[in-house]
Amino acid sequence: MALATSPPADLAPPRDVATDAAGLGRVRASAFVAPGLALVAIFLVFPALWTLYLGLTNYRLTGIAAARPKFVGLDNYATALGDQEFLNALWLTLLYVLGSAVIGQTILGFVLAWTMRTVHRTVRTVVESLVMLAWILPSSVVAFLWIAMLDRDSGTLNALLGTPGMAWLIDHPLLSIVVFNTWRGTAFSMLLFSAALGAVPPSQLETARMAGASGWQQLRDVVFPHIRGHILTNLLLISLWTFNDFSPYLITAGGPDNRSETLPIFVYQTAIFDGQLGFGTAISLLMLLINLVLAVVYLRLLRERRS
Amino acid sequence: MTVRAVVGRIGFYVLIALITAFMAIPVLWLLFAPFDRTPSLSTSLPEWTWQNFTGLLANPYALTSLGNSVLLALGSMVLVTVLGALAAYALSRVRIPGRDGLLYALLLLSSIVTGTAAMVPIFLLMFELNLIDSQLGVVLVLSGGLLPAAIFILKDFMDGTPRSYEESARVFGAGPLQILRDIVLPVVRPGIATIAVWTVVNVWGNFLTPFILLRSPEKSPAAVVLYTFYTEGGQANLGLISAFSLLYSIPVVAMYVFVNRRYGFRFHGGIKR
Repeated sequence: MALATSPPADLAPPRDVATDAAGLGRVRASAFVAPGLALVAIFLVFPALWTLYLGLTNYRLTGIAAARPKFVGLDNYATALGDQEFLNALWLTLLYVLGSAVIGQTILGFVLAWTMRTVHRTVRTVVESLVMLAWILPSSVVAFLWIAMLDRDSGTLNALLGTPGMAWLIDHPLLSIVVFNTWRGTAFSMLLFSAALGAVPPSQLETARMAGASGWQQLRDVVFPHIRGHILTNLLLISLWTFNDFSPYLITAGGPDNRSETLPIFVYQTAIFDGQLGFGTAISLLMLLINLVLAVVYLRLLRERRS
Repeated sequence: MTVRAVVGRIGFYVLIALITAFMAIPVLWLLFAPFDRTPSLSTSLPEWTWQNFTGLLANPYALTSLGNSVLLALGSMVLVTVLGALAAYALSRVRIPGRDGLLYALLLLSSIVTGTAAMVPIFLLMFELNLIDSQLGVVLVLSGGLLPAAIFILKDFMDGTPRSYEESARVFGAGPLQILRDIVLPVVRPGIATIAVWTVVNVWGNFLTPFILLRSPEKSPAAVVLYTFYTEGGQANLGLISAFSLLYSIPVVAMYVFVNRRYGFRFHGGIKR
């Protein structure tokens, strides 16, 4: 019966005539799209594709290899996988993502979203504004705030904890950047979880409370099943961002002794600072692949939820 | 109330107080140190003075760099909103073959090709194009990275506008650009405003791209210049750093407050919009 309602084939408009409301037509529509796509193609798509080729060469910024880069096949990848510094950077990045995004931001963000539902409005405004402030301040500013906070001689943290002379950035560089990134990025998880919690039916929570469920039981049996999708979305996005985060460079520059050198910093040091472009690109490509996996999982998830 | 409930309540507020302290203490320095006669790294109530700000005027790079930040932010904003709106409008109204696949691929690409993962080929590309140490180069790279998400979000806004407006405008003989300017843009203004603010905030805080692509300090934006203030050799000038940090932070905070008042800064449904 559906066939009867669609227009007969011979009345269908010929190609190249505008069939859309605005009267654009395909040619003009393509002209509208072209400049934006060109920009994206040159400055986003091309660099990404170029990494595929560059990673197979011994390209350098200066010297003979700069004038005539040689094709070295998979040498860069073989070198990378045997390179202590690369493996160290990969390991530190995993710890950084696990510590600051998966554990730090997710848990703190959830605790904030959960507790802020029941507190007085003024308290909520103050706390949420502070969390948002940490998120929107420029990273160079935030980095210096934490340098000041963790300073050995006159840092506020040592004054508060009564541990004068404790050199946090030198003795615990990874812990320092994990705490820093937790502080900086919690806002996203908080916002996402409060939106998610708003969608949990109050009646179900009420019923659970009536039945004598403790706070933890309510969370486990009523709230978590409802927001499982949001937790996954949140984990994927913040992992992706944290994995590519360059801001630890502003605090520790990867030091001391590479003990806070995450992958983005390692790529910068190898490729831009030391000029080993081919090797640096190979590392970039490995990073792109990890990003790709995270992003594909995320977009799959988003599509399923939408349809 | 039982004892247990009272203890629980106290524990609850202690937890909130601890989190608040954790979030607040690092920022206090930014509020106090710029006005302190003798700023140190530790946070303390200031002996009031404006001299740190007058000192800022004397520094050759401080104010120029803020000007550079404005230039980069506005340049990218214009590029992203204009090109993004044009593309989003056409993609929303005309079924170009492969449109959905294109949008999906763009979004995927922009989330994996981030500033750090693509820094080497981008650096090389700009090197080959002779755009190293050029502010135009920075604007182009940043806009290219932000455009896919901008197109995606703007298309959502455009999809929501009723087509009958455009149809009636066409009846009266309006051309496509005229329709876009006089009918579609006013309707999707909140979307355009969101993208504009989002672009400015992103570019304003971006450190890596200008750090890699710009060489001369007189072209560098505030993000890079602030970093050189606290990493260059010798005793760091805390008065200068604190006053400059505050001045550099105010615009984004002001924009956040504005957007928050106007549109409310909340997630609807669960994805960043």
